[in-house]
Amino acid sequence: MSSIKERAAEIRQQAETLNKDVYAPEKAEGKNPEFRMDLQSKSPKLTTLDEAIRRSGLRDGMTISFHHHFRGGDKVVNMVVDKLAEMGFKDLHLAASSLSDVHAPLIQHIRNGVITSISTSGLRGELANEISRGLMEKPVVFRSHGGRGSAIANGDIHIDVAFLGASSSDPLGNACGYSRSENAKSICGSLGYALPDAQYADKVIILTDDLVAYPNTPNSISERQVDYVVEVDSVGDSSKISAGAIRDSKNPRDILLAQTAAKVVINSGYFNDGFSMQTGTGGASLAVVKYLRQSMIDRGIKASFALGGITAHMVKLHEEGLIDRLIDVQSFDKVAAESLKNDMMHKEVSANEYASADEPGSAVHYLDVVILSALEADTDFNVNVLVGSDGIIRGAIGGHPDTAADSALSVIVCPLVRGRIPCIVDEVTTLITPGNTVDVIVTEYGVAVNPRRPELAERLRNAGINVVDIKSLRDKAQSIVGEASELPFGDKVVGVVMNRDGFVMDVIRNIVD
Amino acid sequence: MDRLRRTMMFVPGNNPGMMADAHIYGPDSIMLDLEDSVTVTEKDTARLLVYNALKSINYGDTEMVVRINPLNTPYGKKDIEAMVKAGVHVIRMPKTETAEEVVEVEREIERVEKELGCVGRTRIMAAIESALGVCNAHAIATASPRMMGIALGAEDYCANLKAQRTPEGDELRLARETIVVAARAAGIDALDTVYSNLNDMETFRREVEFIHRLGFDGKSIINPRQIEVVNEVFTPSPKAIEKALTIIAAIKEAEKKGSGVIAVNGKMVDRPVVIRAERVIELAKASGVLTDADLQ
Amino acid sequence: MELKPAQAGTLESGDIFVRLTPAVKPGINITLDSSVALKFGSQIRNVIEQTLKELGITDATVIATDKGALDCTIRARVTAAAVRATGKDVWAD
Repeated sequence: MSSIKERAAEIRQQAETLNKDVYAPEKAEGKNPEFRMDLQSKSPKLTTLDEAIRRSGLRDGMTISFHHHFRGGDKVVNMVVDKLAEMGFKDLHLAASSLSDVHAPLIQHIRNGVITSISTSGLRGELANEISRGLMEKPVVFRSHGGRGSAIANGDIHIDVAFLGASSSDPLGNACGYSRSENAKSICGSLGYALPDAQYADKVIILTDDLVAYPNTPNSISERQVDYVVEVDSVGDSSKISAGAIRDSKNPRDILLAQTAAKVVINSGYFNDGFSMQTGTGGASLAVVKYLRQSMIDRGIKASFALGGITAHMVKLHEEGLIDRLIDVQSFDKVAAESLKNDMMHKEVSANEYASADEPGSAVHYLDVVILSALEADTDFNVNVLVGSDGIIRGAIGGHPDTAADSALSVIVCPLVRGRIPCIVDEVTTLITPGNTVDVIVTEYGVAVNPRRPELAERLRNAGINVVDIKSLRDKAQSIVGEASELPFGDKVVGVVMNRDGFVMDVIRNIVD
Repeated sequence: MDRLRRTMMFVPGNNPGMMADAHIYGPDSIMLDLEDSVTVTEKDTARLLVYNALKSINYGDTEMVVRINPLNTPYGKKDIEAMVKAGVHVIRMPKTETAEEVVEVEREIERVEKELGCVGRTRIMAAIESALGVCNAHAIATASPRMMGIALGAEDYCANLKAQRTPEGDELRLARETIVVAARAAGIDALDTVYSNLNDMETFRREVEFIHRLGFDGKSIINPRQIEVVNEVFTPSPKAIEKALTIIAAIKEAEKKGSGVIAVNGKMVDRPVVIRAERVIELAKASGVLTDADLQ
Repeated sequence: MELKPAQAGTLESGDIFVRLTPAVKPGINITLDSSVALKFGSQIRNVIEQTLKELGITDATVIATDKGALDCTIRARVTAAAVRATGKDVWAD
């Protein structure tokens, strides 16, 4: 038997060997007897936005990031960039998962040099307008959702400070896109596009309008990835999440397109028990789900999972037992957000797990059917979802190229003409999704099948679907609207389109009035 | 049956957006309207819109019908001149009450056709929308060799009759049956009135099933969403098609043998049964559920 | 040809609103506001001018607001405005 005193020499010797000090009880911190509910409110992470920015070490020239889960209702980007401007920051790179109409105030911050470069999935509204006309010196870099996830993971985008809005967070930074408290204000559901930022950013600041008691579990973002927590009045307006790109259409043409697309899926050879599916935004592609539903019931077919942006339609099918699991990178409405909160089989995934080309396990690799919309498509089946017929950026890449490339069957739903604008053209204004990943284009004047997929064309023809040559659709569009003039592009590059593997695919030039 | 007329879709003549792509929904006929859906201050502009649309837009195989204003208005004659010049397939007369009215329209059509050198190109159909019209249904149906069909216009008819409109349509029974009988006697098509509540597809389907049983060739519709229901009702069932095919096969067999009497499954097959079978096959082919390959 | 101010058309999608007034300078002077101006502006102007010339109108001021109308609609609206402006119909009276 020996006492600790007798072992002192050996303790010292081992401490020296390990290059450590010897434990000294008089120097150790005492126990804190405080009631833990009181203690957590003094979390060292909990601070003001000013202080969080200061402590984060943000400097001029660095990269800040944001997610877009509140879509048109987002309040975080404007709030934070206003603050950064006020604090005198310059030359920042804004790396958002996407930007929309509501971010028009950024124009001022670009003019005064606070923001000098942007990377995003999309741009809309006045900001898009100004950028298309040459507002910025450096071109905006556009990436798909999967492409952004990969770029963050492999260091192409290095985020210095991530500013992530959350519908609830505890003082330690356990955060979600929903809230289980009575004070829930802004609900967005999945935080999928914020998860790569939380994982890879040097510093992570959570902004929340519902600070709840520890532990805010189950959580999306873990406290282990969070440096600061800032309580704010509001992070977003939930009612505006489903506005804009997502409409439930009563337009007869959208219904016709949706019915035709459903018929294509049903007869494609992939409409089998256990199939998986995704629909993009846009009235027609969302409406397809309604028409698939009846056939699933009639034929006793169930889907193994639905992926991507999850809508109330998908939740309904899941709750009816027609879709086994929901894999949700972005909740498109309140019903989806609530379902994500309450249903174990409704899983949240990060942008990387959803659509990264680099991750063998990303969900798009196991996707059978994706139904997507388009602004225009060309005779090589290339698709543009970003630049409008007026040459102005007016959309977002989203998961379009990711899902088209990795799914077994990609179906593009696109009217032949919109107003007087032809949507099937010789060459798309901007290349976003390459034609070699697009299988079928559905228009109101017929269905074109990529010549790479003759077996598919045969199946659809046998099902009585009007399968036509893509060139005849181009001709038909031209015969309806006439010959369009060339858009007056200037020679300044205002946007760069990256493909999902990090290659430069196309550039967007400025438009001249 | 010279062609299928299951659906005749009404499109207002003053709505260029709707006129541009009405055919993509696949109605058998499109009726561009210059009458009730156009206010008196826009009769001139609608006429020009419809004229230019007919001249320029490729409506494919769709039968193009224009509902003109009555000849006793300041617009009727100009409507006929413009539409015949535009090459419309069918002039639809509204509120037709007598055979004389048909003759008068025919005279106007012929005058313009002579000018163009295309006498006989334009056909006529008449909407019957009053008690007098129903009484004269057969005279109207046979008033001109150009007549391709007669249709019921229920709203005006009921107002004229002092009857109440009901979802069941009891008040229309005599008119409907009269119109079918008159059309059949004249060898032309019978088309039913519109159903305007787009939110009640169930009642709409029941009404279509009912008029299908009565013998109508088709229904007037006001929205593309109604096309699918009408086509479903008018498309023969697989069982009906099979039966019809058996009958046709038996006939061919009998003709080969030179035998006069035909029996299928022990039952005598007479002329009406054959006619019905032929119509089922035609409808099935037109509806796309039967192809020529199936008939080989 | 004598013109009095006249208009035809609507501001609905797929339509064009055309207003004709007497010319203030020789020729046909068109002010066009179109949702598809970049791709079809010159084509729309051509159709307006051509239609008026066919009707024998060589001097006029045209103000047009276009919402993606097809050529046939533009012809119809310009003709209607011209008929109203001149009082001379294209169909026999």
